[in-house]
Amino acid sequence: MTSPLRFCVRRSSALERGATTLVTLRLPSDVGCIEEAVELVTRHCLAGQHATETIRFRLRVVLSEAISNAIIRGNAEDHTKWVDVRVELVPEVIRVYVTDEGPGFDPAAIPEPISPEQLDEARGRGLYLIRKLVDAVHFNEQGNSICMTLRRS
Amino acid sequence: MGFSESKGTGGITLVEVDGQLIIGNRQELKDLVQAALERGERRLLIDFSKTGYIDSSGLGALVSISKRIREAGGELRLSGLNEDLRSLFELTKLDTLFAINETPEQALASF
Repeated sequence: MTSPLRFCVRRSSALERGATTLVTLRLPSDVGCIEEAVELVTRHCLAGQHATETIRFRLRVVLSEAISNAIIRGNAEDHTKWVDVRVELVPEVIRVYVTDEGPGFDPAAIPEPISPEQLDEARGRGLYLIRKLVDAVHFNEQGNSICMTLRRS
Repeated sequence: MGFSESKGTGGITLVEVDGQLIIGNRQELKDLVQAALERGERRLLIDFSKTGYIDSSGLGALVSISKRIREAGGELRLSGLNEDLRSLFELTKLDTLFAINETPEQALASF
């Protein structure tokens, strides 16, 4: 079976914002595609790069969370809608953008899970984990695109 | 990749998570534990020695599993969490909710 993922890696000295490598991936709104997408992006981002196991682990977790949020909350699992992942590798940091085709949301309106017992049902647990695992989180104005920045060391 | 179930010493049910525990497969783990409870098994160990990563849905599934086992009068222990996996439990304060042992052997001996 052909993979539904559309994947591209560009390595160039002329990429924007000082990036040395750009990895892009487009996947359908199907949670069954998340694991493969995470593995593809992580493998190509960190191939030949100096990265600790912890950075590798955090990248995989936050990619999984952000893609999952984009599919479920953003695109409401509408299989005709896509999720776009874009990773820019710059010398000091990894910048990860995940964008859906949904109407967007207000991240400030998402409550943090207040107790561990709530973790099986509370909204916002994925975002909570992302905020804890990366160095910076930003959203675009519409709220349908998250940018996560991880320092390489 | 997936979940494998076996019997440990003393009739304890051992479930190994091989690969990831994420939104795409968390229901499979919940169903597996539910089936064990329905067979009358009450002492369960979930081992993460072969696990790559867990997402928040996977953590949520573990909370849900823990509640079900507790309500059935059973006991759940976790083992094999490496430093990165353990950090997820600490960040979400789940380390206070679960009985965690370093190795499956230590967990089996702790029931």
